[in-house]
Amino acid sequence: MNDMTHPAPLAPASFKSGTKPIWCPGCGDYSVLSSVTKALALLGKPPHEVAVVSGIGCSSRIPAYTSCYGFHGVHGRSLAAATGLKVARPDLTVLVAGGDGDGYSIGGNHFLHACRRNVDLTYIVMDNHVYGMTKGQASPTTEPDWDNKLSPGGTGVRSFHPLVIALASGANFVARAFAGDPNGTAEIIARGMRHPGFSFIEILSPCITFRPEQREWKNHVHPAAVEATDDAARAARRIMTDDGFNIGVLYAGGRTPYPTVMRGDSRAAVAALETEFEL
Amino acid sequence: MKTPQTLEEFMAQALVMEREAAQRYNDLADAMEMHNNRDVAQMFRTMAGYEAKHAQAIMEEMNWVEVPGVPTGAWPAMEPPESVPNDEVHYLMHPWHALKLALAAEERAEAFFSELARLAGSDSVRRAALELRDEEAEHVSLVKAWLAKTPKPEGDWANDPDPPRYVD
Repeated sequence: MNDMTHPAPLAPASFKSGTKPIWCPGCGDYSVLSSVTKALALLGKPPHEVAVVSGIGCSSRIPAYTSCYGFHGVHGRSLAAATGLKVARPDLTVLVAGGDGDGYSIGGNHFLHACRRNVDLTYIVMDNHVYGMTKGQASPTTEPDWDNKLSPGGTGVRSFHPLVIALASGANFVARAFAGDPNGTAEIIARGMRHPGFSFIEILSPCITFRPEQREWKNHVHPAAVEATDDAARAARRIMTDDGFNIGVLYAGGRTPYPTVMRGDSRAAVAALETEFEL
Repeated sequence: MKTPQTLEEFMAQALVMEREAAQRYNDLADAMEMHNNRDVAQMFRTMAGYEAKHAQAIMEEMNWVEVPGVPTGAWPAMEPPESVPNDEVHYLMHPWHALKLALAAEERAEAFFSELARLAGSDSVRRAALELRDEEAEHVSLVKAWLAKTPKPEGDWANDPDPPRYVD
Protein backbone atom coordinates (compact mmCIF):
# COMPACT_ATOMS: atom_id res chain seq x y z
CA MET A 1 0.00 0.00 0.00
CA ASN A 2 1.08 3.59 -0.51
CA ASP A 3 2.16 5.26 2.69
CA MET A 4 0.65 8.27 4.43
CA THR A 5 2.92 10.87 2.80
CA HIS A 6 2.99 9.47 -0.75
CA PRO A 7 -0.57 8.98 -1.99
CA ALA A 8 -1.04 7.05 -5.21
CA PRO A 9 -0.89 9.47 -8.14
CA LEU A 10 -3.76 7.69 -9.92
CA ALA A 11 -6.95 6.47 -8.31
CA PRO A 12 -8.20 2.94 -8.95
CA ALA A 13 -11.28 4.47 -10.59
CA SER A 14 -9.01 5.81 -13.37
CA PHE A 15 -8.53 2.24 -14.54
CA LYS A 16 -12.23 1.37 -14.77
CA SER A 17 -14.10 1.70 -18.03
CA GLY A 18 -17.72 2.79 -18.25
CA THR A 19 -18.75 -0.76 -19.14
CA LYS A 20 -20.46 -2.51 -16.26
CA PRO A 21 -19.61 -6.16 -15.59
CA ILE A 22 -22.26 -8.76 -16.35
CA TRP A 23 -20.92 -11.39 -13.98
CA CYS A 24 -23.37 -13.03 -11.58
CA PRO A 25 -23.84 -10.86 -8.48
CA GLY A 26 -21.63 -12.37 -5.79
CA CYS A 27 -18.97 -13.61 -8.25
CA GLY A 28 -15.40 -13.35 -7.01
CA ASP A 29 -14.37 -11.76 -10.29
CA TYR A 30 -15.88 -8.42 -9.20
CA SER A 31 -13.35 -8.30 -6.38
CA VAL A 32 -10.53 -9.31 -8.72
CA LEU A 33 -11.45 -6.42 -11.02
CA SER A 34 -11.27 -4.13 -8.02
CA SER A 35 -7.86 -5.61 -7.13
CA VAL A 36 -6.57 -5.10 -10.67
CA THR A 37 -7.54 -1.43 -10.67
CA LYS A 38 -5.99 -0.97 -7.22
CA ALA A 39 -2.80 -2.71 -8.31
CA LEU A 40 -2.51 -0.49 -11.38
CA ALA A 41 -3.02 2.56 -9.18
CA LEU A 42 -0.26 1.32 -6.88
CA LEU A 43 2.04 0.93 -9.88
CA GLY A 44 1.23 4.47 -10.97
CA LYS A 45 1.27 3.64 -14.68
CA PRO A 46 -1.35 5.52 -16.69
CA PRO A 47 -3.94 3.36 -18.50
CA HIS A 48 -2.43 4.00 -21.93
CA GLU A 49 0.82 2.31 -20.83
CA VAL A 50 -0.96 -0.89 -19.82
CA ALA A 51 -2.56 -3.65 -21.91
CA VAL A 52 -4.92 -6.27 -20.50
CA VAL A 53 -5.10 -9.43 -22.61
CA SER A 54 -7.52 -12.30 -22.05
CA GLY A 55 -8.94 -15.46 -23.59
CA ILE A 56 -12.52 -16.71 -23.31
CA GLY A 57 -14.70 -17.27 -20.27
CA CYS A 58 -16.38 -15.31 -17.51
CA SER A 59 -13.13 -13.91 -16.11
CA SER A 60 -11.77 -13.18 -19.57
CA ARG A 61 -14.30 -10.39 -19.92
CA ILE A 62 -12.09 -8.27 -17.70
CA PRO A 63 -10.31 -6.18 -20.41
CA ALA A 64 -13.63 -4.53 -21.30
CA TYR A 65 -14.03 -3.36 -17.74
CA THR A 66 -10.71 -1.54 -17.60
CA SER A 67 -9.71 1.70 -19.30
CA CYS A 68 -6.37 0.21 -20.43
CA TYR A 69 -5.68 -1.17 -23.87
CA GLY A 70 -7.44 -4.49 -24.09
CA PHE A 71 -7.50 -7.62 -26.21
CA HIS A 72 -10.24 -10.19 -25.67
CA GLY A 73 -8.76 -12.97 -27.70
CA VAL A 74 -9.19 -16.58 -28.64
CA HIS A 75 -9.93 -19.33 -26.12
CA GLY A 76 -6.72 -20.40 -24.38
CA ARG A 77 -4.50 -18.18 -26.51
CA SER A 78 -4.23 -15.11 -24.29
CA LEU A 79 -0.62 -15.87 -23.41
CA ALA A 80 0.36 -16.28 -27.05
CA ALA A 81 -1.17 -12.92 -27.95
CA ALA A 82 0.32 -11.27 -24.87
CA THR A 83 3.77 -12.67 -25.62
CA GLY A 84 3.64 -11.22 -29.11
CA LEU A 85 2.46 -7.89 -27.78
CA LYS A 86 5.15 -7.65 -25.12
CA VAL A 87 7.93 -8.61 -27.51
CA ALA A 88 6.72 -6.09 -30.08
CA ARG A 89 5.95 -3.36 -27.57
CA PRO A 90 8.18 -3.83 -24.52
CA ASP A 91 7.27 -0.34 -23.37
CA LEU A 92 3.78 -1.59 -22.47
CA THR A 93 3.02 -3.25 -19.16
CA VAL A 94 1.10 -6.38 -20.09
CA LEU A 95 -1.35 -8.06 -17.75
CA VAL A 96 -2.89 -11.34 -18.88
CA ALA A 97 -6.10 -12.59 -17.32
CA GLY A 98 -8.32 -15.63 -17.59
CA GLY A 99 -9.85 -18.59 -15.87
CA ASP A 100 -8.82 -22.13 -15.01
CA GLY A 101 -10.51 -23.72 -18.04
CA ASP A 102 -9.10 -21.17 -20.48
CA GLY A 103 -5.62 -21.22 -19.00
CA TYR A 104 -5.02 -24.79 -17.95
CA SER A 105 -7.06 -26.80 -20.43
CA ILE A 106 -7.52 -25.07 -23.77
CA GLY A 107 -4.45 -22.94 -23.09
CA GLY A 108 -2.45 -25.46 -21.11
CA ASN A 109 0.31 -25.74 -23.66
CA HIS A 110 0.70 -21.97 -23.91
CA PHE A 111 0.84 -21.81 -20.12
CA LEU A 112 3.83 -24.19 -19.98
CA HIS A 113 5.77 -22.36 -22.64
CA ALA A 114 4.97 -18.89 -21.34
CA CYS A 115 6.47 -19.96 -18.01
CA ARG A 116 9.47 -21.42 -19.84
CA ARG A 117 10.08 -18.35 -22.02
CA ASN A 118 9.89 -16.00 -19.04
CA VAL A 119 8.68 -12.98 -21.00
CA ASP A 120 7.97 -10.04 -18.70
CA LEU A 121 4.21 -10.62 -18.30
CA THR A 122 1.91 -10.98 -15.32
CA TYR A 123 -0.66 -13.73 -15.67
CA ILE A 124 -3.60 -13.84 -13.26
CA VAL A 125 -5.89 -16.84 -13.31
CA MET A 126 -9.26 -16.49 -11.60
CA ASP A 127 -9.60 -20.08 -10.51
CA ASN A 128 -13.08 -21.28 -9.51
CA HIS A 129 -12.58 -24.95 -10.38
CA VAL A 130 -15.41 -24.90 -12.94
CA TYR A 131 -16.38 -23.72 -16.42
CA GLY A 132 -18.91 -21.08 -15.41
CA MET A 133 -19.78 -19.47 -18.74
CA THR A 134 -20.80 -22.80 -20.28
CA LYS A 135 -22.96 -23.88 -17.33
CA GLY A 136 -20.76 -25.71 -14.88
CA GLN A 137 -18.62 -28.41 -16.49
CA ALA A 138 -15.62 -29.76 -14.61
CA SER A 139 -12.38 -27.92 -15.35
CA PRO A 140 -8.75 -29.04 -14.91
CA THR A 141 -8.72 -27.84 -11.28
CA THR A 142 -12.07 -29.41 -10.34
CA GLU A 143 -11.82 -31.94 -7.55
CA PRO A 144 -12.11 -35.52 -8.89
CA ASP A 145 -15.08 -36.29 -6.64
CA TRP A 146 -17.14 -33.16 -7.40
CA ASP A 147 -20.54 -34.68 -8.04
CA ASN A 148 -22.89 -32.73 -10.28
CA LYS A 149 -25.45 -33.13 -13.02
CA LEU A 150 -22.82 -32.94 -15.78
CA SER A 151 -20.30 -35.33 -14.21
CA PRO A 152 -22.28 -37.66 -11.92
CA GLY A 153 -20.09 -39.06 -9.17
CA GLY A 154 -17.28 -36.74 -10.23
CA THR A 155 -14.82 -37.07 -13.08
CA GLY A 156 -12.43 -39.23 -11.07
CA VAL A 157 -9.61 -37.33 -12.75
CA ARG A 158 -6.76 -35.93 -10.70
CA SER A 159 -6.75 -32.11 -10.40
CA PHE A 160 -4.19 -29.99 -12.20
CA HIS A 161 -1.72 -28.28 -9.83
CA PRO A 162 -1.05 -24.93 -11.52
CA LEU A 163 1.41 -23.44 -9.04
CA VAL A 164 3.76 -26.41 -9.09
CA ILE A 165 3.51 -26.71 -12.86
CA ALA A 166 4.30 -22.99 -13.23
CA LEU A 167 7.29 -23.39 -10.97
CA ALA A 168 8.56 -26.51 -12.74
CA SER A 169 8.12 -24.80 -16.10
CA GLY A 170 10.19 -21.77 -15.15
CA ALA A 171 7.81 -19.03 -13.98
CA ASN A 172 9.84 -16.36 -12.22
CA PHE A 173 7.21 -15.35 -9.67
CA VAL A 174 4.53 -17.61 -8.24
CA ALA A 175 1.78 -16.49 -5.88
CA ARG A 176 -1.69 -17.41 -4.68
CA ALA A 177 -4.33 -14.83 -3.77
CA PHE A 178 -7.98 -14.81 -2.74
CA ALA A 179 -10.70 -12.69 -4.34
CA GLY A 180 -12.31 -12.00 -0.96
CA ASP A 181 -9.20 -10.08 0.05
CA PRO A 182 -9.14 -7.38 -2.64
CA ASN A 183 -6.50 -5.21 -0.99
CA GLY A 184 -4.17 -8.12 -0.32
CA THR A 185 -4.71 -9.38 -3.86
CA ALA A 186 -3.95 -5.90 -5.24
CA GLU A 187 -0.63 -5.89 -3.42
CA ILE A 188 0.27 -9.32 -4.77
CA ILE A 189 -0.65 -8.33 -8.33
CA ALA A 190 1.43 -5.15 -8.01
CA ARG A 191 4.38 -7.18 -6.72
CA GLY A 192 3.99 -9.59 -9.61
CA MET A 193 3.91 -6.74 -12.12
CA ARG A 194 7.04 -5.19 -10.62
CA HIS A 195 8.91 -8.49 -10.66
CA PRO A 196 10.85 -9.06 -13.90
CA GLY A 197 9.94 -12.01 -16.07
CA PHE A 198 6.84 -14.17 -16.09
CA SER A 199 4.75 -13.75 -12.96
CA PHE A 200 1.97 -16.20 -12.31
CA ILE A 201 -0.75 -15.46 -9.77
CA GLU A 202 -3.51 -17.93 -9.05
CA ILE A 203 -6.49 -16.11 -7.56
CA LEU A 204 -9.10 -18.26 -5.83
CA SER A 205 -12.28 -16.61 -7.11
CA PRO A 206 -15.50 -18.32 -5.98
CA CYS A 207 -18.23 -19.15 -8.49
CA ILE A 208 -21.32 -18.67 -6.36
CA THR A 209 -23.63 -19.98 -9.10
CA PHE A 210 -22.13 -23.37 -9.95
CA ARG A 211 -19.95 -23.88 -6.87
CA PRO A 212 -21.89 -22.13 -4.06
CA GLU A 213 -19.92 -24.16 -1.52
CA GLN A 214 -16.89 -22.03 -2.46
CA ARG A 215 -18.36 -19.26 -0.28
CA GLU A 216 -16.64 -21.23 2.48
CA TRP A 217 -13.22 -20.45 1.01
CA LYS A 218 -13.12 -17.24 3.00
CA ASN A 219 -13.05 -19.36 6.14
CA HIS A 220 -10.21 -21.53 4.84
CA VAL A 221 -7.70 -19.07 3.40
CA HIS A 222 -4.79 -17.97 5.53
CA PRO A 223 -1.61 -15.96 4.93
CA ALA A 224 1.50 -17.91 3.98
CA ALA A 225 3.41 -18.53 7.17
CA VAL A 226 6.81 -17.65 5.72
CA GLU A 227 8.16 -15.13 3.23
CA ALA A 228 8.65 -15.93 -0.44
CA THR A 229 11.74 -17.94 -1.29
CA ASP A 230 14.00 -17.68 -4.34
CA ASP A 231 14.76 -21.39 -4.07
CA ALA A 232 12.51 -23.18 -6.55
CA ALA A 233 12.97 -26.59 -4.92
CA ARG A 234 11.96 -25.28 -1.51
CA ALA A 235 8.99 -23.44 -3.02
CA ALA A 236 7.88 -26.61 -4.81
CA ARG A 237 8.00 -28.62 -1.60
CA ARG A 238 5.98 -25.98 0.21
CA ILE A 239 3.38 -25.72 -2.50
CA MET A 240 3.06 -29.49 -2.91
CA THR A 241 2.38 -29.94 0.78
CA ASP A 242 0.20 -26.93 1.58
CA ASP A 243 -3.59 -27.08 1.88
CA GLY A 244 -4.34 -25.06 -1.24
CA PHE A 245 -5.40 -22.04 0.79
CA ASN A 246 -1.96 -20.62 1.57
CA ILE A 247 -2.13 -16.98 0.40
CA GLY A 248 0.86 -14.85 -0.54
CA VAL A 249 3.94 -14.70 -2.72
CA LEU A 250 5.39 -18.21 -2.65
CA TYR A 251 8.33 -17.86 -5.01
CA ALA A 252 10.25 -14.89 -6.40
CA GLY A 253 13.12 -16.02 -8.59
CA GLY A 254 15.99 -14.33 -10.35
CA ARG A 255 15.88 -15.75 -13.89
CA THR A 256 16.74 -13.31 -16.63
CA PRO A 257 13.58 -12.43 -18.59
CA TYR A 258 13.26 -13.08 -22.31
CA PRO A 259 14.83 -10.06 -24.05
CA THR A 260 12.26 -7.60 -25.34
CA VAL A 261 14.41 -4.70 -26.41
CA MET A 262 12.65 -2.14 -28.57
CA ARG A 263 14.43 -2.14 -31.92
CA GLY A 264 13.98 1.20 -33.61
CA ASP A 265 10.66 2.76 -34.45
CA SER A 266 7.93 0.15 -34.02
CA ARG A 267 5.59 1.95 -36.44
CA ALA A 268 8.29 1.88 -39.12
CA ALA A 269 8.87 -1.80 -38.41
CA VAL A 270 5.17 -2.58 -38.83
CA ALA A 271 5.07 -0.56 -42.05
CA ALA A 272 8.05 -2.50 -43.38
CA LEU A 273 6.35 -5.77 -42.50
CA GLU A 274 3.18 -4.72 -44.30
CA THR A 275 5.26 -3.87 -47.38
CA GLU A 276 6.70 -7.38 -47.40
CA PHE A 277 3.21 -8.85 -47.54
CA GLU A 278 1.94 -6.60 -50.32
CA LEU A 279 0.70 -8.52 -53.35
CA MET B 1 -4.67 -5.57 13.62
CA LYS B 2 -2.43 -2.50 13.54
CA THR B 3 -3.90 0.34 15.58
CA PRO B 4 -3.51 3.97 14.53
CA GLN B 5 -1.11 5.98 16.67
CA THR B 6 -2.10 9.50 15.67
CA LEU B 7 -5.35 11.30 14.91
CA GLU B 8 -4.29 11.60 11.25
CA GLU B 9 -3.71 7.86 10.98
CA PHE B 10 -7.03 7.15 12.65
CA MET B 11 -8.97 9.51 10.40
CA ALA B 12 -7.23 8.09 7.33
CA GLN B 13 -8.43 4.66 8.36
CA ALA B 14 -11.98 5.94 8.87
CA LEU B 15 -11.87 7.67 5.50
CA VAL B 16 -10.65 4.61 3.61
CA MET B 17 -13.30 2.50 5.31
CA GLU B 18 -16.09 4.87 4.20
CA ARG B 19 -14.71 5.17 0.67
CA GLU B 20 -14.37 1.44 0.21
CA ALA B 21 -17.88 0.90 1.58
CA ALA B 22 -19.23 3.45 -0.91
CA GLN B 23 -17.33 1.82 -3.77
CA ARG B 24 -18.63 -1.62 -2.85
CA TYR B 25 -22.23 -0.38 -2.68
CA ASN B 26 -21.80 1.23 -6.10
CA ASP B 27 -20.33 -1.98 -7.53
CA LEU B 28 -23.23 -3.98 -6.11
CA ALA B 29 -25.70 -1.43 -7.50
CA ASP B 30 -24.09 -1.81 -10.93
CA ALA B 31 -24.36 -5.59 -10.69
CA MET B 32 -28.02 -5.44 -9.73
CA GLU B 33 -28.78 -2.99 -12.54
CA MET B 34 -27.20 -5.37 -15.02
CA HIS B 35 -29.49 -8.12 -13.71
CA ASN B 36 -32.55 -5.86 -13.84
CA ASN B 37 -33.04 -5.90 -10.07
CA ARG B 38 -33.76 -2.19 -9.99
CA ASP B 39 -35.19 -1.89 -6.47
CA VAL B 40 -32.11 -3.41 -4.89
CA ALA B 41 -29.82 -1.45 -7.21
CA GLN B 42 -31.49 1.75 -6.01
CA MET B 43 -31.10 0.65 -2.39
CA PHE B 44 -27.38 0.01 -2.83
CA ARG B 45 -26.96 3.28 -4.70
CA THR B 46 -28.61 5.16 -1.83
CA MET B 47 -26.30 3.48 0.68
CA ALA B 48 -23.31 4.37 -1.50
CA GLY B 49 -24.41 7.98 -1.40
CA TYR B 50 -24.51 8.00 2.40
CA GLU B 51 -21.06 6.45 2.69
CA ALA B 52 -19.63 8.90 0.15
CA LYS B 53 -21.04 11.78 2.19
CA HIS B 54 -19.36 10.45 5.32
CA ALA B 55 -16.07 10.18 3.44
CA GLN B 56 -16.43 13.73 2.15
CA ALA B 57 -17.13 14.99 5.67
CA ILE B 58 -13.86 13.43 6.88
CA MET B 59 -11.92 14.96 3.97
CA GLU B 60 -13.31 18.38 4.86
CA GLU B 61 -12.76 17.98 8.57
CA MET B 62 -9.12 17.04 8.00
CA ASN B 63 -8.58 19.58 5.21
CA TRP B 64 -7.28 16.81 2.96
CA VAL B 65 -7.20 17.23 -0.78
CA GLU B 66 -5.81 13.77 -1.50
CA VAL B 67 -6.82 10.48 0.02
CA PRO B 68 -4.07 9.12 2.29
CA GLY B 69 -3.27 5.43 2.37
CA VAL B 70 -3.53 3.04 5.27
CA PRO B 71 -0.96 0.42 6.22
CA THR B 72 -1.36 -3.26 5.46
CA GLY B 73 -3.06 -5.01 8.36
CA ALA B 74 -5.20 -2.03 9.32
CA TRP B 75 -8.41 -4.06 9.44
CA PRO B 76 -9.58 -6.80 11.77
CA ALA B 77 -10.52 -8.97 8.77
CA MET B 78 -9.58 -9.13 5.08
CA GLU B 79 -11.72 -6.15 4.17
CA PRO B 80 -12.62 -2.88 5.91
CA PRO B 81 -15.53 -3.64 8.27
CA GLU B 82 -18.13 -1.45 6.61
CA SER B 83 -17.81 -3.09 3.18
CA VAL B 84 -20.63 -5.49 2.36
CA PRO B 85 -19.01 -8.84 1.46
CA ASN B 86 -19.16 -9.31 -2.27
CA ASP B 87 -20.32 -12.92 -2.04
CA GLU B 88 -23.38 -12.27 0.13
CA VAL B 89 -25.62 -10.93 -2.62
CA HIS B 90 -28.00 -12.77 -4.91
CA TYR B 91 -29.45 -11.65 -8.23
CA LEU B 92 -33.01 -12.17 -6.95
CA MET B 93 -32.50 -10.57 -3.55
CA HIS B 94 -35.00 -8.04 -2.22
CA PRO B 95 -34.48 -4.60 -0.65
CA TRP B 96 -35.02 -6.27 2.73
CA HIS B 97 -31.92 -8.42 2.12
CA ALA B 98 -29.93 -5.38 1.07
CA LEU B 99 -30.89 -3.63 4.30
CA LYS B 100 -29.91 -6.68 6.34
CA LEU B 101 -26.46 -6.55 4.72
CA ALA B 102 -26.25 -2.81 5.36
CA LEU B 103 -27.24 -3.33 8.98
CA ALA B 104 -24.52 -5.93 9.48
CA ALA B 105 -21.99 -3.57 7.89
CA GLU B 106 -22.96 -0.69 10.17
CA GLU B 107 -22.79 -2.95 13.20
CA ARG B 108 -19.30 -4.12 12.21
CA ALA B 109 -18.24 -0.47 11.83
CA GLU B 110 -19.63 0.40 15.26
CA ALA B 111 -17.77 -2.52 16.84
CA PHE B 112 -14.58 -1.56 14.99
CA PHE B 113 -14.56 2.01 16.29
CA SER B 114 -15.46 0.78 19.74
CA GLU B 115 -12.42 -1.50 19.66
CA LEU B 116 -10.15 1.28 18.39
CA ALA B 117 -11.38 3.53 21.20
CA ARG B 118 -10.51 0.80 23.68
CA LEU B 119 -7.03 0.32 22.21
CA ALA B 120 -6.29 4.02 21.60
CA GLY B 121 -2.93 5.21 22.88
CA SER B 122 -3.88 8.89 22.98
CA ASP B 123 -6.85 10.96 24.08
CA SER B 124 -7.28 12.52 20.65
CA VAL B 125 -7.63 9.11 18.96
CA ARG B 126 -9.92 7.83 21.72
CA ARG B 127 -12.22 10.86 21.46
CA ALA B 128 -12.40 10.59 17.68
CA ALA B 129 -13.04 6.84 17.81
CA LEU B 130 -15.85 7.28 20.33
CA GLU B 131 -17.40 10.01 18.21
CA LEU B 132 -17.37 7.83 15.11
CA ARG B 133 -18.61 4.84 17.10
CA ASP B 134 -21.62 6.92 18.16
CA GLU B 135 -22.24 7.97 14.57
CA GLU B 136 -22.22 4.35 13.48
CA ALA B 137 -24.59 3.46 16.32
CA GLU B 138 -26.94 6.11 14.97
CA HIS B 139 -26.72 4.55 11.51
CA VAL B 140 -27.51 1.16 13.01
CA SER B 141 -30.69 2.63 14.49
CA LEU B 142 -31.64 4.29 11.21
CA VAL B 143 -31.17 1.10 9.18
CA LYS B 144 -33.16 -0.88 11.76
CA ALA B 145 -36.02 1.60 11.47
CA TRP B 146 -35.87 1.39 7.68
CA LEU B 147 -35.80 -2.39 7.83
CA ALA B 148 -38.89 -2.42 10.05
CA LYS B 149 -40.81 -0.59 7.32
CA THR B 150 -39.57 -2.86 4.52
CA PRO B 151 -41.57 -5.99 3.65
CA LYS B 152 -39.80 -9.24 4.40
CA PRO B 153 -39.80 -11.47 1.29
CA GLU B 154 -41.53 -14.84 1.13
CA GLY B 155 -39.44 -17.95 1.70
CA ASP B 156 -39.34 -18.81 -2.01
CA TRP B 157 -37.79 -15.49 -3.05
CA ALA B 158 -34.79 -17.24 -4.66
CA ASN B 159 -36.87 -19.54 -6.86
CA ASP B 160 -36.10 -18.91 -10.51
CA PRO B 161 -38.30 -20.63 -13.13
CA ASP B 162 -35.38 -20.41 -15.55
CA PRO B 163 -32.35 -21.04 -13.34
CA PRO B 164 -28.78 -20.62 -14.56
CA ARG B 165 -27.81 -24.12 -13.41
CA TYR B 166 -29.21 -27.55 -14.06
CA VAL B 167 -31.56 -28.82 -11.37
CA ASP B 168 -33.10 -32.22 -10.76
